Amino acid sequence: MKRLAASLLSLAAFLAAWKLLTVVTGTPAYILPAPEVVGERAVRAIGSGILWVHVWATLSEVVLGFALGAVTAAAIGVALGKSVLIERVLSPYIVAAQAVPILALAPLLDIWFGGGLLARVLVCALIVFFPIAIATMVGIRSADPLLGEMLRSLGATPAQVTTRLEIPSALPVLFGGLRVGVTLAVIGAVVAEWVSASTGLGVLINIADQGLFDTPLMFVALAALGIIGLTFYSLVVLLERRLIQTA
Amino acid sequence: MTTAASSHGAATREIDTAGLAVSAEDISVSFAVHDGRPIALQRCSLSVAAGSFTVIIGPNGCGKSTLLRAIAGLLQPDGGRVLIGGGAASTSPPRPGDARVGIAFQQPRLLPWLTTLENVALPLSLHGVPPAERLTRASAALDRVGLADAAHLHQRELSGGMAQRAGLARALITDPPVLLLDEPFSALDALTREAFDSELQNLWLERPRTVILVTHSVPEAVRLADQVAVMTARPGSVARLLTVDLPRPRDVRIGADSRAAETDAAIRATLASVKPPELAPWTSSS
Repeated sequence: MKRLAASLLSLAAFLAAWKLLTVVTGTPAYILPAPEVVGERAVRAIGSGILWVHVWATLSEVVLGFALGAVTAAAIGVALGKSVLIERVLSPYIVAAQAVPILALAPLLDIWFGGGLLARVLVCALIVFFPIAIATMVGIRSADPLLGEMLRSLGATPAQVTTRLEIPSALPVLFGGLRVGVTLAVIGAVVAEWVSASTGLGVLINIADQGLFDTPLMFVALAALGIIGLTFYSLVVLLERRLIQTA
Repeated sequence: MTTAASSHGAATREIDTAGLAVSAEDISVSFAVHDGRPIALQRCSLSVAAGSFTVIIGPNGCGKSTLLRAIAGLLQPDGGRVLIGGGAASTSPPRPGDARVGIAFQQPRLLPWLTTLENVALPLSLHGVPPAERLTRASAALDRVGLADAAHLHQRELSGGMAQRAGLARALITDPPVLLLDEPFSALDALTREAFDSELQNLWLERPRTVILVTHSVPEAVRLADQVAVMTARPGSVARLLTVDLPRPRDVRIGADSRAAETDAAIRATLASVKPPELAPWTSSS
């Protein structure tokens, strides 16, 4: 209750500061619209159904891309953590792929995968992959070798050592990677939409900016992106609390 | 010696001859480290009769735990061999995770995300025992070590002694014919430890099996052992075997018995003789 009040209070303070800034500086609405102008624009965009179309497109990319990227990254992260040889062989490619800016890779993926949803999902998956794979690898290696010996003394198979010890040991670090990854997925979606898409919040920002000079609509799209990121981040934290009881 | 105590011990041993013989023959183990290969065990031999209680005692770092791990099949000796079996059972070296051997480690090594009950049931769940049977058997095992009330607690909520008892229950749950205990009560204060020694002795009298226990405590050795193996300092081997032929159950006052005192003195004399020079007490007059 107290935490909810604190959150609402900080939101109110943020909006008040924003409003104050527009009043004091007298900035025109096409540069910095006041909060109530953005609010009114949001109501109209929701009412006409236009916002939902774009939110839905971005949401699907984020969800599918994050799921694909996280599952692949966790599986490869387990392999990297368990085998120094696999890490030696794969890590140059993984690091190189991460070092090339996603903005430069997105057009290539667009050409390869036909400019549809699949290409955009892959951009999200790619940007999500690195932090989760590395976190999983580090987490797997954090498993206590004494507990591993204990499991072997009980006749555990190597697969059981992974499922019963290494993966549970990796969870706290893995969730650190998931928290970073889920926010990156939103960035990946916008980047991919920027390259090629007809719907999505990235597209909406472009339309509002170049076609309509509708700055309040741009703010609506930005707020929607922030809310999507925050929502998924909170879902990850919630899942983390459910899965990890021991601090 | 009271006849009642003596016949109780003898009767229990005759009814149930559970347990398998263990023999370690000329075991040598060395570890690869950056500055060479220090030898942990050198031609160490130990013969343990089926159903008997052996205590291994020796100076710090003499390879007691290494010997236990070799007997459990958790490490392969560089030389020599371990054999488990005897009687009707076929004799063979232990494999890692050998079902004939249960081990309780010095640290209890519980999985922190499992409850005490789940930790104790772990050996069963690894081998696909159905949940209902797991629950029954784990509850019974917890009962035996006096932890029934702690079934749903996690490791962080257990005291050191409770965690060690949980480790013991986990080793007991599969009812292994050979039970290896690596200083299982080391974390306890003297009085609690004596109580645990009594519990352990009772568990063993109820259901005899081959027990090999590592300790630093001479009174504990005299109280629990049929046979005491005193080890030399590193590289470790068995310097002397002492038979403790005293009636059971033995209580803490066993030390007052003249034969117990003799055994106690013999263990201490052997320990003093095997101490390496750099570990000699600083108060030594020599």
